[in-house]
Amino acid sequence: MTQETLKPQEKKALIELLYQLADDDFLLAFRGSEWLGLAPHIEEDVAFSSISQDMMGHANLYYNLLEILGEGEADRIAHLRSPNQFRNAIILEEVNGPGTYLKEPDYDWAFTVVRNYFYAVHKHIRLDSLRHSSYEPLAEAARKIMTEQYYHLMHWEIWFKQLMTSTDEATLRMTAAIQKVWKDFGGVLTLGPYYEDIVKANFIDDENVMKKRWNNKIEAVLKEVGASYPGEPRMERGNGRNGVHTEDLKQATSTLSEVYATNPATGW
Amino acid sequence: MSELKSSMTESVMDALGDVKDPEIASVSILDLGMVHEVDVTDDKVRISVLPTFSGCPALHIIERDIKKAVENVEGITSAEVKFVFTPSWTTDRITPEGRERLKEFGISPPPANHVMGEPWEIDCPYCGSTYVTMENIFGPTACRSILYCKSCKNPFEAMKPVADMG
Ligand SMILES: [Zn+2]
Repeated sequence: MTQETLKPQEKKALIELLYQLADDDFLLAFRGSEWLGLAPHIEEDVAFSSISQDMMGHANLYYNLLEILGEGEADRIAHLRSPNQFRNAIILEEVNGPGTYLKEPDYDWAFTVVRNYFYAVHKHIRLDSLRHSSYEPLAEAARKIMTEQYYHLMHWEIWFKQLMTSTDEATLRMTAAIQKVWKDFGGVLTLGPYYEDIVKANFIDDENVMKKRWNNKIEAVLKEVGASYPGEPRMERGNGRNGVHTEDLKQATSTLSEVYATNPATGW
Repeated sequence: MSELKSSMTESVMDALGDVKDPEIASVSILDLGMVHEVDVTDDKVRISVLPTFSGCPALHIIERDIKKAVENVEGITSAEVKFVFTPSWTTDRITPEGRERLKEFGISPPPANHVMGEPWEIDCPYCGSTYVTMENIFGPTACRSILYCKSCKNPFEAMKPVADMG
């Protein structure tokens, strides 16, 4: 399928899917960039900022696809929407911890590792499906993103496994982080209200198939590091795919758009 | 292809050889295999370029530099640059000259015919030793990693291998 051959209903579903993909990467990349200068050591600082930069690039690719579909200029889509127009999963907008990067940041590294690892596993599954998407421009973007995301997944998997099997304190913190992420990670695994149209048009695999792949993978990894699988992840605070969000998203978007809003004509 | 058109294309290619990667000053976009197609029609040229990394902040600079270089070619009045993802850029596209120039810059070229998931075989750009360790897969820019040579005890950078994942 190309832009010209999309039926109106398909186009609507595709736009919804693209917002999910873009906003997921965009928000998590933003949370990652807030760690700049605060990561546990200098090598991690370099690695993490590089990953965040890649992810911003991925979000940008999706925003460009939205621009082509008539959703407006990519930069404006990223910066000038109101929170209820965002389609990211709620867990990805959550702050890194108390404080801000300028004022007494008390960020939670265990939470960051768990959230990023779980997300990277899902992102890989999602891209693996998207590279066969019926919408060719999306399939092309996915193939490109995949070559980069491969390194992200590897990075977070090392952190996850090492922290899960190091000191008692690390295991304790990681276990608490898993429980926290688990409460809302279901939001990442859903395709939202346009799910049926998205799947019918073969833009991506059925969410249940991908959900199962994710659960199987995480269950195996948890077993490998001696932890128990807590059952299907939940969606306690609502579905971000419906535009339901928390105060944390407002904080993120206002910070993100602060610079942009000062001069929308500048290229960022 | 008419003779005129092919000589025009040649001039454009020459100009593209002067467009450097803003992050690795000695290597041109031709060396990196970033130029996919060059299409000259009369006094206009369309160039499709394969981005190396999608989050590469240098893309805007590269686009500007291409336009500037090509529009200086005699007989060309306008150049259009388009970034495309098919075929996707892989490190196998780097030319032999490009690999040499990377080395001169202190960056080890990526392993040839790399298969994603397999270990890298990277030589130290200074002494050629293969006795190296990975310090950080993520280096100062998206496309580079930091390694350490245990033979000559020098840290060095390597181009992160990127292969098509099928
Ligand atoms: Zn050496």
